[in-house]
Amino acid sequence: MTLRLTQASVVHANGAQALRGVDLHLRAGEQVAIIGPSGAGKSSLLNVLATALRPGNGEVDVLGERVWQLSARQRQRLRSRIGLIHQAPPLPPRQRVITAVLAGKLGQWGIGKSLLNLLHPLDIPGARAALARLDLGEKLFVQCQQLSGGQLQRVGIARVLYQAPEVLLADEPVSAMDPVLAEHTLSVLCQHAREHQVTLVTSLHAVDLALAHFSRIIGLRDGQVLFDLPTEAVDRRQLDTLYANEQLESLSSPPPPSSVQIPRC
Amino acid sequence: MLKRDARDPAARPRLFLGLLAVALLWPGIHFSELDLGVLLASDSQSEMGRFVAAFWPPAHDETFVELLLQATLQTLAIATAGMALALLLAVPASLLASRALSLSAAYRAGRPGYWGQWLRWPVRALLIFLRSVPEIVWALLFVRAVGLGPTAGVLAIAITYSGMLGKVYAEIFESVDQRPAHALMQAGSGRLAAFCYGILPNVAAELLSYTVYRWECAIRASVVMGFVGAGGLGQQMDLSLRMFAGGEVASLLLTFLILVLLADQLSRVLRWRLA
Repeated sequence: MTLRLTQASVVHANGAQALRGVDLHLRAGEQVAIIGPSGAGKSSLLNVLATALRPGNGEVDVLGERVWQLSARQRQRLRSRIGLIHQAPPLPPRQRVITAVLAGKLGQWGIGKSLLNLLHPLDIPGARAALARLDLGEKLFVQCQQLSGGQLQRVGIARVLYQAPEVLLADEPVSAMDPVLAEHTLSVLCQHAREHQVTLVTSLHAVDLALAHFSRIIGLRDGQVLFDLPTEAVDRRQLDTLYANEQLESLSSPPPPSSVQIPRC
Repeated sequence: MLKRDARDPAARPRLFLGLLAVALLWPGIHFSELDLGVLLASDSQSEMGRFVAAFWPPAHDETFVELLLQATLQTLAIATAGMALALLLAVPASLLASRALSLSAAYRAGRPGYWGQWLRWPVRALLIFLRSVPEIVWALLFVRAVGLGPTAGVLAIAITYSGMLGKVYAEIFESVDQRPAHALMQAGSGRLAAFCYGILPNVAAELLSYTVYRWECAIRASVVMGFVGAGGLGQQMDLSLRMFAGGEVASLLLTFLILVLLADQLSRVLRWRLA
């Protein structure tokens, strides 16, 4: 079992309940998409799996370790085997792309190597290879502030590909890309996961992408798992319940069409 | 509905804070015995006028210029050496005092753990102690200890400025976006590496400009400390003032002006290179 959540609950500082008693079991090498309406708790779930957020209740096991019972040093070592792709990758504007990508291995490098890498990039071919898979090889020595949102997302993905973690978590990794690029980027992620036996969990807004690329779909709503099914078993009716929005329907004057329009960000 | 939307919830606190500031400033003027009328009294005016009239022309005979050059170099050396020593203490102290390097803050929505908060206090207290005693007092102490000369000035600047630099560095680290560093720590990186990759790129320009500004202040401080015998331009200034040599004072003041101007330009060039 690579990832296991037991009755995990998260309450944010403002009192909002993001997760309510979520149980989740993922085997090594599984490829899973998490879908659900805005505010359903998708990001919170991924952050809990990435050990970036400590749940108020419940247990988190990652790669066979009970995360929150480890010492800080052991947890940092475990974290270097987990990669999280952020929706808006937090990169310093003046940092160069190559530094941002090579920073993926900071958890595996010693402090001496990390500081040396700041003076002169130590693995230019490695960073170029990771960026080239995402069609960004020529932006190696550009500052992050000169990139567009979609390009930044791809830099964030390249960093995690370079990190080569055993668990790969992605929070809306393609939300700022055009459809063709999003398609390509997701297949790169899935292919990488297949080749290296990596467990891949991705949250997505675009349901068609989720259905096309992933073998298992988890529907999340109000912090609870609404369904957790193989892709073939997901049908229209379940998607309609997942995305149903009473407030919006009562606001709009003409009755909305019965089939839900799933927005692509 | 309309009535509710016409009100800004922040308006009342703002008004209150504004009134509070005025209420606090008024007694301040009273207690500091500020009386601008004294400046306009005729006898103090003529006294000042006589002194200022002696400023022209600034002294420029060969021996004095040589003396001035020597004193300027000494002042620059005091300020630079003092800053270098101060940085030795300020950089580690700022890293320890800042919440930016907190590992626990990375998974507690930016709030560091309780232990970390308690451990940061001794460092903060040390920084407060270092900067609460003015450099002139340290200089007087050190002049007694190591004798007249620039050493006292260097040590005094090193101590006071390490306190100031450490405090402001720590606050600069906390003032920028912490998410890059948090993201790195969540991917297993150590604190120092996360700091260098996640925070340093964002703060470099600010740190540099503050450091150059403090260097400029150190030049001025070393001048003041010269009056108590810590060498440099200040000591020269003290002598010239005692001898009522207005021309020499004018030359010295012009030198200060040029030094500050140079420091300003240096800061501008460095910031431009880094931006």
